[in-house]
Amino acid sequence: MYTQSLSIPDGEARGPKKVENPAYQAEFDAKIAAGGFIEAKDWMPEAYRKTLIRQISQHAHSEIVGMLPEGNWITRAPSLKRKAILLAKVQDEGGHGLYLYAAAETLGVSRDELYEALLSGKAKYSSIFNYPTLNWADIGVIGWLVDGAAIMNQIPLCKCSYGPYSRAMVRICKEESFHQRQGYDLLLAMMRGTPEQRDMVQDAVNRWWWPSIMMFGPHDKDSVHTETTRWGIKRISNDDLRQKFVDATVKQAEVLGVSLPDPDLKWNAERGHYDFGAIDWDEFWNVVQGHGQCNVDRLAARVKAWEDGAWVREAALEHARKRAVREKDAA
Amino acid sequence: MERKEWPLWEVFVRSRNGLDHKHCGSVHAPDAKLALQVARDVYTRRQEGVSIWVVKASDIVASDPDAKPELFDPAEDKIYRHPTFYTLPEEVDHM
Repeated sequence: MYTQSLSIPDGEARGPKKVENPAYQAEFDAKIAAGGFIEAKDWMPEAYRKTLIRQISQHAHSEIVGMLPEGNWITRAPSLKRKAILLAKVQDEGGHGLYLYAAAETLGVSRDELYEALLSGKAKYSSIFNYPTLNWADIGVIGWLVDGAAIMNQIPLCKCSYGPYSRAMVRICKEESFHQRQGYDLLLAMMRGTPEQRDMVQDAVNRWWWPSIMMFGPHDKDSVHTETTRWGIKRISNDDLRQKFVDATVKQAEVLGVSLPDPDLKWNAERGHYDFGAIDWDEFWNVVQGHGQCNVDRLAARVKAWEDGAWVREAALEHARKRAVREKDAA
Repeated sequence: MERKEWPLWEVFVRSRNGLDHKHCGSVHAPDAKLALQVARDVYTRRQEGVSIWVVKASDIVASDPDAKPELFDPAEDKIYRHPTFYTLPEEVDHM
């Protein structure tokens, strides 16, 4: 679900080394300029490959870690219907992670290397998952705001220049719409309930609003995307996407009957957009650098899942090996 | 950390009868049976398919991207292979 428009270096990517070659470079540049696609086995500049491995794997890690805050509520969903919906959503997040890992692997990096980068803390994932899900309304707000912000970020990626990434994103975006709508639907149900339930929704909105608009990453003036823009990976700037999200969300909040926790949020007729208040970037960087409320828990949960699954992975391989031997003997 | 990775399988899905199987991604699995199972869970959660093929990625033989000119350019100047090459009298042009 969730790219964070922030490409944070997390160490050397280990794709196969290719000698830089002017003729190949010219062909690559021409393809990009014509709005064409680069495919897995095509020649590409090393920096393009590394940037993609970093961005796609950070995105994949985000999907996988993103299963945790919502998985937290599966056993406590208030009805069988909501439980089935939440299970399907969390399963989708796992699926999205797998599409993306597969896309990253086409660039010459192994799945284990990618996991290892996540589990060792070397690789980043979207900071939004380092916030806790405190009440049931959080599940609705994650769908509405967090997935809503993710969709804004991800739609332009469907047209990104790297074929396998672009195709994975098309599939993801198709499924993402369900995530946002189920979240809003859940909140509507709560808003039609008791005053306490309405308070829970407002409380969740208050906590998730700012982290959601931080998902678009630093302001354009503070972020360098020249190369990713030239390469056709990033197509719309952070601030433009953020503005689009805010503009779309105000009306949805109104219909829902909640307020957005920003006293400076108001319509600017001259710009034709909503103005909004200053973002607390200290908080953003604090969470990115590992000091959010849940950074330690999230990583510990992933490490535990990997370690607890080790015997299963090993046993399955051994089973496959024995079976292959038996079949060979029988033949 | 364990470094023994499950092999990679390419997944092809027929979305409905009458259409070709189409490549849709890849999965890691220890054997063919589990590869099918994983492919089903990862790529057909919303009735996207009626049939799945999985092929070990290492068994696929692909053309060399550097050989693209030799392989595909010769067809470029053979425009007579297309029906539009032939201009026929208007009365019979819809043949």
